[in-house]
Amino acid sequence: MNAADGGKDVAQTSHGIGGLTYDAKKRAWPAEFNVFLALVILVGAFELIGRVFLGDSFLFNTRDNVDAIFNEQRLQIIILQVSIVGIIAIGVTQVIICGGIDLSSGSVVGATAMIAMSFAQVATVNGNPNPKAMFIDYGLTDLPVIVPLLVAIGCGLIAGLVNGALIAYTRIPPFIATLGMMVTARGIAKWWSKGQPISFPTESFAGIGKGLMPVIIFISLAILFQLILSYTKYGKHCYAIGSNEDAARMSGIKIANHKVLVYVIASILASLAAVVLCSKNLTAQAGMGVMYELDAIAMAVIGGVSLSGGRGSIVGTVIGSLIFGVIISGFTFLRLDAYYQEMVKGVIIVGAVVLDQWRQRRRAIGA
Amino acid sequence: MSDIVLKTENLTKRYGGVHALEGANFELRKGEHVAIMGDNGAGKSTFVRQITGVEQRTDGKVWFDGKEANFAGPIEAREAGIETVFQNLALADDLDVPSNLFLGREKVLFNLGPFSILDRKYMRKATEAALVRTAVKIPNLSSTIRHMSGGQRQCVAIARTATFASKLIIMDEPTAALGVQETAQVENIIRTLKANGEPLILISHNMRQVFDLVDRIVVFRRGKIVANLRKQDTDGNDIVAYITGSKTGEAELAAA
Repeated sequence: MNAADGGKDVAQTSHGIGGLTYDAKKRAWPAEFNVFLALVILVGAFELIGRVFLGDSFLFNTRDNVDAIFNEQRLQIIILQVSIVGIIAIGVTQVIICGGIDLSSGSVVGATAMIAMSFAQVATVNGNPNPKAMFIDYGLTDLPVIVPLLVAIGCGLIAGLVNGALIAYTRIPPFIATLGMMVTARGIAKWWSKGQPISFPTESFAGIGKGLMPVIIFISLAILFQLILSYTKYGKHCYAIGSNEDAARMSGIKIANHKVLVYVIASILASLAAVVLCSKNLTAQAGMGVMYELDAIAMAVIGGVSLSGGRGSIVGTVIGSLIFGVIISGFTFLRLDAYYQEMVKGVIIVGAVVLDQWRQRRRAIGA
Repeated sequence: MSDIVLKTENLTKRYGGVHALEGANFELRKGEHVAIMGDNGAGKSTFVRQITGVEQRTDGKVWFDGKEANFAGPIEAREAGIETVFQNLALADDLDVPSNLFLGREKVLFNLGPFSILDRKYMRKATEAALVRTAVKIPNLSSTIRHMSGGQRQCVAIARTATFASKLIIMDEPTAALGVQETAQVENIIRTLKANGEPLILISHNMRQVFDLVDRIVVFRRGKIVANLRKQDTDGNDIVAYITGSKTGEAELAAA
């Protein structure tokens, strides 16, 4: 019964409690590394299949008239086609890390695209009055680009506040609250112009989504929010709440306020994606952004963001979005039907969640 | 009166018809370590919950740090200087040690509201200092809590408590789920706290531990304090007799 003396011995060892040594080899790789490895393997697989069956390269330039090492055109397309959903995925990542889910982002894209675009229209098209201009009677045409941008951010703010307030104060599950917003916002998108597309934006508005601008916006926002998640109180609290909400509450973190903020940020990012999307397409339609919420969630999950909260990063989500882009581009490269893309996408999403569950279970049994 | 950290008078809690706690008079002096013992359901945890504001008392008064205390919730109690290590550890599994230590009271470089930039260097340094002060050894501070053993987690929770509590620490069965060596480590931390003169209330079922660590033992039975004894005036058999009820403490308490 001399545990007290034994205790002093323990305290003098240098390897933690009870002489437990810290096994550096057991330290898990950052999840992002695994995701990046998956991306490399996927690209390698397409490269190999291309070389063997098509005699063409997926990644490298094979045209004689172009002087480049890589097939730059394909690489641009890969990132360009995921960048708009990628912007949404940045917000969705934060929501999921915080232990929630946002199903409304696709519909918020639709509603915001319609509303913002109606403030970005020109008065005259080829010398005739713009036939699609919604507010031409009120003189609200040819407005500076900041107006539709602020309108879009306002739409995101409102959607996010409603989502966040419902989740934080009525305590209904995020799944239900954002499902309601998903249906409502889609209704608003259709009601806004009675189903008519809204077209002919000003030149400055059209500039937002021109060329590689979506990629630049996506990458800038990704870097910004990765820094915010890593280096600010907000980021730390996101992980804390997603990992143990009771502990976070006991520690004095204002959970409700934080949740509202997270959903507001997610919806504003969806609104920015809407601006880029309708600017790029030069038109807004009520059906814009359908299924984007699921693509965005899939990008996050593929990128190693755990659906049970507390784990993941923007870097992972960006890599996850690239995996998405590579799959779509790779299927086009192999000249396979678009139908297969959808099927494979579904399998990959479920596969990523299964992998996450498996990793968690393995961790739980201490392997 | 000035060296009394915590005092309760006639502290009473009833859940409907159940008298969980009745007329508890309790005192804790500066630097003193007191153990609370008693069978399951004797009122130990109820007593702590009234002090820390987790529940609201039915009757009675509490003084803490010279002032009458009416905490609306555990966060208020914490802000006043009472830190509690709960049986279910209040740690965030996916955060590393410094983040857990400073959870909810992060040190920031400059204040930008929720987007305040964290002073990670300072928090890391302060964590190292706190672990040295409490003699807790964690091999890798950047490792997440998820990757740690039960003992290491408990040590982090206690180190957190000891880092911020200047006035009173309460531990509710801190070693209940731990192995022999992990228990020894936690007990060493408690000794370090004693040496630093930090007052502590320890709830424990472990007789050996209690006699090793504390100055005074308070026994609860059926919601009442039945014994309040200095360690040198009593022994294990005596305490067991109070816990089981074969000896009642009315006479001693009246005398004290």
